[in-house]
Amino acid sequence: MTSDLTATMLRLLTGVRAHWRGCEPDLRQRIYFANHSSHLDAPTLWAALPPALRQLTCPVAARDYWTAGRLRRYLATHVFHAVLVERKTPTARDNPIDDMLRALGDQRSLILFPEGGRFTGPDPVEFKSGLFHLAKKRPDLELIPVLLDNLNRVLPKGELLPAPLIASATFGAPLRLEPDEPRSEFLSRARQAIIALRYSEPL
Amino acid sequence: MHDAELQFLMAGVIALLIVASIIGWIASRNTRSQAKRETVLNLNSRIRAWWVMAAIFGLALATGDLGAVVLFAFISFMALREFLTLTPTRYGDHRALFWAFFVITPLQFILLAVDWYGMFSIFIPVYVFLILPIRAAAAGDIEKFLERSAKIQWGLMICVYCCSHAPAIVTLLKIPGYEGQNAKLLFYFVLICELSDVLQYVFGKTLGRHPVAPAVSPKKTWEGLIGGVIATVLIGAGLWWATPFTPLQAAGLCVAITLLGFGGGLVMSAIKRDYGVKDWGTAIEGHGGVLDRIDSLCFAAPVFFHLVRYYYSAN
Repeated sequence: MTSDLTATMLRLLTGVRAHWRGCEPDLRQRIYFANHSSHLDAPTLWAALPPALRQLTCPVAARDYWTAGRLRRYLATHVFHAVLVERKTPTARDNPIDDMLRALGDQRSLILFPEGGRFTGPDPVEFKSGLFHLAKKRPDLELIPVLLDNLNRVLPKGELLPAPLIASATFGAPLRLEPDEPRSEFLSRARQAIIALRYSEPL
Repeated sequence: MHDAELQFLMAGVIALLIVASIIGWIASRNTRSQAKRETVLNLNSRIRAWWVMAAIFGLALATGDLGAVVLFAFISFMALREFLTLTPTRYGDHRALFWAFFVITPLQFILLAVDWYGMFSIFIPVYVFLILPIRAAAAGDIEKFLERSAKIQWGLMICVYCCSHAPAIVTLLKIPGYEGQNAKLLFYFVLICELSDVLQYVFGKTLGRHPVAPAVSPKKTWEGLIGGVIATVLIGAGLWWATPFTPLQAAGLCVAITLLGFGGGLVMSAIKRDYGVKDWGTAIEGHGGVLDRIDSLCFAAPVFFHLVRYYYSAN
């Protein structure tokens, strides 16, 4: 109920439109990985999914940010059902990959920002290795590149007040980790898949 | 709302939409070829959207003068949103954009609601024009500074300032012998504007051969323009009884509305073409964005308002 209401409000504020260019909405287990420039990225991508998918899709988010203050904590756990991970000092016992694998289980999907933080450039920066490790451990997952556009204008890094411009989320064709594909090659291929979506045409 | 003439105009619009829906329904049954099917599908979604728009406009007028002001404030907000989404701005513009949406746009319509004509006329062209670039300069980003400031100001002028002159017909005109009937004059203005768009489209689709400005819009033809203007002016003159004008005066004002409306469509098409897009948005099925629907109205409203104010209003 709160989740649906929040999703509707996010869709109104950002006017977000989902363009399914390389795949269709589907309940199979996926990792949606996207470029990251605004605090609104995870909530908006989540809100842009059809309701049935949204219920089974959890954003992966930084624990330090989303547990600061009661409102954020409430939003993260009760509204977005986020997987909160330690990004600053991961240890063997507090490992983000284990948290994500546990959250995936056998029916959930994840929203992941592989840059590991918010950046202001037009294209995503080099990816951290989390996406590679997930693909290695769970080769059955579909990895969907998602280009988020205009959210850095709606709520740029360092701003508190939004400008209600219209955002979009473009979903590309699924990627898979090739057998024996080296880590850096795979990560750069995944990053290029997001960049290429900026120039993609509607199906 | 207890105005019999206004009810008669509204009944006319409903009758027109019923006829259009029946024509659309017959066309969808009789069309076989693939290319024509697209046109008919688009025609039918346009007609469906017209029903919704007419209903919203009618309801807004029914709630009184404030209803019209609030409706156009909302339309301005949506149009500005579409305009600025497609217009490149930079991080340094963020605060200016926030002000444009949440301070300037509401204020312009509040000035209408409180009947403050002087400030309504100069708020955006003078105060906003001077203060917004000061705010942007203070943010410190010099790249393409004039271009960015000009684009935000231009968006505010068209989508907010010009558009706000439509509801100004209701709140700011004091026409002797026409008291309490301004809502009807707004209805008449919007009806002529939209009829002009529709009739230009119909004449262009059926007879259009020679584009007025092929580089801007191949769909806007001389045949569509001339046919649309003549037909609209005849209808507008025939509806003189709903206005404070004589038939001849109504015809003259309709010429102004239709020509400016055509020009508005042309100007906004030039911008869209430059940006490489077909429509401003996707808010209205079959029509594109809100700004695609109101581009002609934005250009016609200030001129119609000032012509009527100068020649007929007592203030």
